[in-house]
Amino acid sequence: MIEQSVLEVVLGVAMRTGGEFAEVFAEDRRNASAVLDDGRVEELTSGRDRGAGIRVVVGDTTGFAHTADLTEAGLIAAAEAAAAAARGGGGGTNVIALDRRSASRGYDIETYPGDVPKASKVELLGRANDAARAVGGAISQVSVSYGDNRRHILVANSDGLFVEDDTVRTFFAVSCVATGDAGMQTGRESVGHTIGFELFDMYDVDQLARNAADRALTKLAARPAPSGQMPVVIGSGGGGVLFHEACGHGLEADLVAKGASVFRGRVGQQVASKGVTVVDDGTMEREWGNIAVDDEGNPAQRNVLIEDGVLTDYMWDHLRARKEGRRSSGNGRRQSYQNLPMVRMTNTYLLAGEEDPEAIIASTPKGVYVKHLGGGQVNTATGDFVFGMTEAYLIEDGKITEPLREGNLIGNGPEVLQRIDALGNDFAMGPPGTCGKDGQGVPVGDGVPTLRVSSLTIGGTAA
Amino acid sequence: MSEDLLAIADRVVAMSKPGEQIEAVVVRGTETEIRVFEGDVESLSSAQSQGVGIRVVVDGRQGFAYAGSLDESAIAETLADARDNASFATFDEFAGLAEPDGVVIPVLDLHRDAMVSFATADKIAMAIELERVVMAADPRISGIESAEYADSISEAAIASSTGIRTVGSETSCFLATYAMATEGDETQTGFGFSVGREPSDLTPSAAAIEAAERATRMLGAVQPASGRLTVVLDPWVTAQFLGILGYTLDGESVLKGRSLFADRLGESVGSSLLTLIDDPTDVRSFTATDADGEGLAARRNVLIENGVLQKFVHNAYSARRAGTVSTGNAVRGFKSTPSVGCLSVSLVPGSSDPAALIAGIDDGVLVQEVSGLHSGVNPVSGDFSTGAEGLRIRNGELAEPVREFTIASTLQKMLRDVQAVGNDLQFLPMNATGVSLVVADLTVSGS
Repeated sequence: MIEQSVLEVVLGVAMRTGGEFAEVFAEDRRNASAVLDDGRVEELTSGRDRGAGIRVVVGDTTGFAHTADLTEAGLIAAAEAAAAAARGGGGGTNVIALDRRSASRGYDIETYPGDVPKASKVELLGRANDAARAVGGAISQVSVSYGDNRRHILVANSDGLFVEDDTVRTFFAVSCVATGDAGMQTGRESVGHTIGFELFDMYDVDQLARNAADRALTKLAARPAPSGQMPVVIGSGGGGVLFHEACGHGLEADLVAKGASVFRGRVGQQVASKGVTVVDDGTMEREWGNIAVDDEGNPAQRNVLIEDGVLTDYMWDHLRARKEGRRSSGNGRRQSYQNLPMVRMTNTYLLAGEEDPEAIIASTPKGVYVKHLGGGQVNTATGDFVFGMTEAYLIEDGKITEPLREGNLIGNGPEVLQRIDALGNDFAMGPPGTCGKDGQGVPVGDGVPTLRVSSLTIGGTAA
Repeated sequence: MSEDLLAIADRVVAMSKPGEQIEAVVVRGTETEIRVFEGDVESLSSAQSQGVGIRVVVDGRQGFAYAGSLDESAIAETLADARDNASFATFDEFAGLAEPDGVVIPVLDLHRDAMVSFATADKIAMAIELERVVMAADPRISGIESAEYADSISEAAIASSTGIRTVGSETSCFLATYAMATEGDETQTGFGFSVGREPSDLTPSAAAIEAAERATRMLGAVQPASGRLTVVLDPWVTAQFLGILGYTLDGESVLKGRSLFADRLGESVGSSLLTLIDDPTDVRSFTATDADGEGLAARRNVLIENGVLQKFVHNAYSARRAGTVSTGNAVRGFKSTPSVGCLSVSLVPGSSDPAALIAGIDDGVLVQEVSGLHSGVNPVSGDFSTGAEGLRIRNGELAEPVREFTIASTLQKMLRDVQAVGNDLQFLPMNATGVSLVVADLTVSGS
């Protein structure tokens, strides 16, 4: 994307006014999407974003500028702007010698979506639409979306790091509306992996469409969710967002350093029930949150955050790690070249336990079974978090009974982690997610086995 | 200053072939964001970005492409992509671009030269002052999660082969901070902000004091008992609620069977105290604009009047399909085709101040923050459930702080259960205006 000699010159300019660290992050990203709604292929969209973000660090201050002009002159102008923003006082000549490394993710893309005819992508939309509508007359609306992107990044910094990576992601989702006597309900199914068009060798779009339609139809007969505290069983693969919110964000080193995390100062302490092991793993092959290197050029890692209930470490980016005199954990990510990186999750999951999932439900006299969670949100400073249930059922006398309407559940991270009292042996990853932090969205994955939380507050309306 | 953008849009439109409609949206943004921490700049980002989005409609088929660049070669590639994409769309007799509708684009005071010339050092000073006042506001303030200054100058030009040709520039800036208050092992947070079109509109001290008050008054919060209570939504919370309500009044959702108010025009859908307007021509609103995303004049639309549903909002496509006219509600960035949405929704304020509203409630909750609106509220079914925090109301007075509970109802029921609208309009950095709102009979789920 940019010649090594040009990068060396630009980094030299960035460091000229006293910078302690400088970095060029360049990105060339192509997006393609297609949407079918209301029976029509409404549009195909394609787009390209290409540019570079340059940061210069002096003391605790970071200056940042970005440009869509990747010529030497354009990059030098951005480097000067970033250096000025960091207010460096010193001077002198800086010679930067880059050491080119290779990024590896351990598997190959089989079919680049850019090589697939648009007609083949459109055909998938029509098939899913037909399959969803064939489920029954109560399905009153269907929307299907396909998306792929290819993101080529380059990172070069004043420590001599120079690495490039090429990432391909493919995504497919079906949303249905079902209409009944009591109004409308919605159902959704989505899949996404860090792979190419071979996504459709892994999944049958007809089946995905039927899953979405079935979810909407099931909810037509749903009763209002209960209000108040009771045991909650989370289904395998359906609820990793629980850990993303309950502890994931609170273990991001930037929030910890500001005192904005309830997990500050708790490394080495028992923060969760015995048996609970939480991992953030950017190396997980083909998963939605997979990365070969992070957006600061550091290799992805498998990081154990909580081991058998004990907090082992936080997640780190370059700046926070540098300040603490340790290595980044490969969690420095950004939405695009127009953003500064910060500490972000990749694929966050809870390891399986040993219990039979059926037995977990059978040993719950009264509670809620959440098969699929929606999104969530956390206040890391207080630990209070919510997450939505998009497919849930009552548990009565140890059996799954009636479907429930949508709602949020609320809990406090450190308390909920201590209340996990059953872990199934049936781990699975969940659907693709987008994690938002400070206005930046990045792709993340999550996974859980079937598990039970002894008490959570369910935000329904029924007594 | 933005005329060069219009010239680029004109050049794209001039490339249209016979029988082909072309629309070009060309934008440029200049943005500064300054974050401070412990009296020093933590990060300073300054950047200019630009892009072009091209929509092509040919033989009832629409295609779209965009590029984050205004290079001639990128524009040519984007136009070719948009044309190619159009060939894969399903024929739609209603497909087509907006056409001039005779409504004159209002002249609004949205661009301030003072924003353009404001020095970076003064922006930094303002952010540092924000943090300083937060820290000094109360001995229980333990730190800040964030304190930032941000501004933007947004220029946009839209031109089409159907005769649309607009250009405009808008400036905006805001200060925002999240404060933390700590007592013993407990930490609570609160935010404050100030918005304006130029820095002299901003009041760092007011934003700082609000953040500190919101954080400190939550100290000692407990989980409330479950029950059905009257709830006062504070302006920040009401604005988020109105944002969701706006979705249900979007003409495209109505046409596609996703609006719970689809067949209710002319009917009472809520309390007679409710009058909901969408008015992007009110320059006090952060998202005020003179033209919508298709270059039609922005205008004031009354959506619900005294509880009776009056109007859905439309862009050119949804209006044509519904057999009506665009209400000037095309919403878009340069990376997407226009969707339909409210631009700046607000309730017409009532006469009572917040203290009077609270004085009228024997047993209730003032909600100052909600969470999980994207996960627990379904605007298609109307199911509404969010995490909440705030203060109990007992015998007409604010009582103990409460947290870790949810409030739940349905959107349909909440509109009917509105008991009062406050007089405290608050303009926020979002497309909805806040006001205190009293809603009866929400289910509070706690202990």
